[in-house]
Amino acid sequence: MADPAMKASELVKWFGEGEAKTYAVRDVSFEAYFGEMLFIEGPSGSGKTTLLSMISGILRPNSGAMLVENRDIWSLSSDQLADFRLNTVGFVFQDYHLFPRLTTVENVAIPLILKKVEWNAAMDTSMRYLEIVGLKQRAHLAPVKLSGGEQQRVAIARAIASSPDILIFDEPTASLDGDTGRKIVDFVKKNILTEKRCIIIVTHDSRIFEYADRIMKMADGKIIGLEKGGSREE
Amino acid sequence: MAGILRIAFKLLVNDKGKFAALLVGITFAVFLITMMTSMFAGILKRASSTVINIGATIWVMDPAVYTVASSIPIPDYILDAARSIDGVNYAVPLFSGGATVKLRSGVYQAVTVLGLDDTSLFGRPELIEGNIEDIYAENGFIVVKDAEFAKLDDPKLGTEFEINDNSAVVVGIAKVTSGGLFGIPSLYTTYNRAIQYLPTSRYTVSYVLIEPKNSDAIPHIKEEISKLGYEALTKDEFMEKVSTFYKYKTGLGINVLLMTVISFVVGLSISGQTFYTFILENLEKFGALKAMGAKGRELIYMILFQAGFSALTGYGLGIGLASLVIAGAKLKLPSYAAQITYTNLIFAFIMVVIIAGISSYIGVRKVIKIEPFDIFRS
Repeated sequence: MADPAMKASELVKWFGEGEAKTYAVRDVSFEAYFGEMLFIEGPSGSGKTTLLSMISGILRPNSGAMLVENRDIWSLSSDQLADFRLNTVGFVFQDYHLFPRLTTVENVAIPLILKKVEWNAAMDTSMRYLEIVGLKQRAHLAPVKLSGGEQQRVAIARAIASSPDILIFDEPTASLDGDTGRKIVDFVKKNILTEKRCIIIVTHDSRIFEYADRIMKMADGKIIGLEKGGSREE
Repeated sequence: MAGILRIAFKLLVNDKGKFAALLVGITFAVFLITMMTSMFAGILKRASSTVINIGATIWVMDPAVYTVASSIPIPDYILDAARSIDGVNYAVPLFSGGATVKLRSGVYQAVTVLGLDDTSLFGRPELIEGNIEDIYAENGFIVVKDAEFAKLDDPKLGTEFEINDNSAVVVGIAKVTSGGLFGIPSLYTTYNRAIQYLPTSRYTVSYVLIEPKNSDAIPHIKEEISKLGYEALTKDEFMEKVSTFYKYKTGLGINVLLMTVISFVVGLSISGQTFYTFILENLEKFGALKAMGAKGRELIYMILFQAGFSALTGYGLGIGLASLVIAGAKLKLPSYAAQITYTNLIFAFIMVVIIAGISSYIGVRKVIKIEPFDIFRS
């Protein structure tokens, strides 16, 4: 068994107060490991996104503990949390959230710029990551001129540009057709996942389950099952 | 930090439509504010042109005088009394009045006549043609070559005309620091010729001009003149009195203030609304930046930079446009009373800083409130 990248213990999150109080996540505990691609699967409203936010230092749980690389992230100050997200976690948002007014390479460079890397060096590094995702030739185009799959790959390049140990994908195939979605996840599995990196993917797209090492099933804010995935390897 | 600001810059200027709207709003506001205040400054300066051109340190006048042109004659003994005050180096009379000139063409033209002390010619203008001694020649007058000069049919040395049915001849052409406000030409002659040519009341001295031995003597001189029932003002105090009159007793100041406030509100509305829309459209992106690890203060710097850059660019464009318009107007209308002063520039700058401050405050509030979680939830 590889080292645990993160360990969630009895995470609880509710929204609202009194009669309007609604539990989004109830007593969720799990571990994710380096070198693993863990899928979190469940229907809408099952608490996937809330859980994703709590394990990535974005949403503070009401109770429970979240250890990432043996560090309790919810004991960190807001600045330390920002640094944690910048240095340890890479995000690929469902809608990509690329900046339409910046070029593709500038989009990829954003985490590096936030890490205070000098502009030209950040651009050079970003070009290398664009090369990894096969979009070097599109570096100076605006993201809106790229296809959905290409935009997804730009978002992946941006997420890995700061060399994070943990990658978070939120519904990575939701905006893509089935074939493109599978290609993207296949690419991530082959090229982005390393023994020193843990990838967590929130999805309800069963067509890509074959790429998961494990699949954690959620419903009503609880984990209702943890099963081995297809672990498709070439 | 430079990299983040560069990102902010690109996000701003690459959104060409909104950036243009922002610039138009701020430029328009700065242009209007600068034009209004410059016109007002020009009017105020020209209203005090005689004070500036004569250049006396202390002016003695009737307390009821509010502008140079509306002088109230004072008795001759005030001149004698002024000369006897401790600390007075010298005191001279000045005549200031209006007259009608009949030109060689038969056309009548209103003029301002300044009569200088016969002995010292204190306050004489700088001649560009002729000799100052010729002012003592029979019927001698000096014409000021300013924007109104042409109204006297562009006179030359030796040109003759009539003032109140008295013959007059141009013996000198002079230049002065500041042109007058009311669009009429100015003539200089000696005090005695002025009171001879122009109908006057029992008293003939419009102002007594005093040069103190040193600046320490000024309070004492003012006090002594005050005991006589008259008012002694320094050059700056007199100009301030004239300015106060135009600002608060003519409606001019209120009108300019109203226009300036309207310009400010229009500029704030356009740029504030545009900047707010810009922030709203980029709100999710700011949230994504937060999620990626940007700190709140870094996002604030980005917004302040964007608002500040827009404001300063609009400020520069507005000032440039106002300068061009004023310069163009002065080419066509030499008597156009507008001047951009440092005070105008600072005032417009403060207005722009307020516009940028309010615009960015609105943006900062929105961006600070956005939670990265909203990005996932969306």
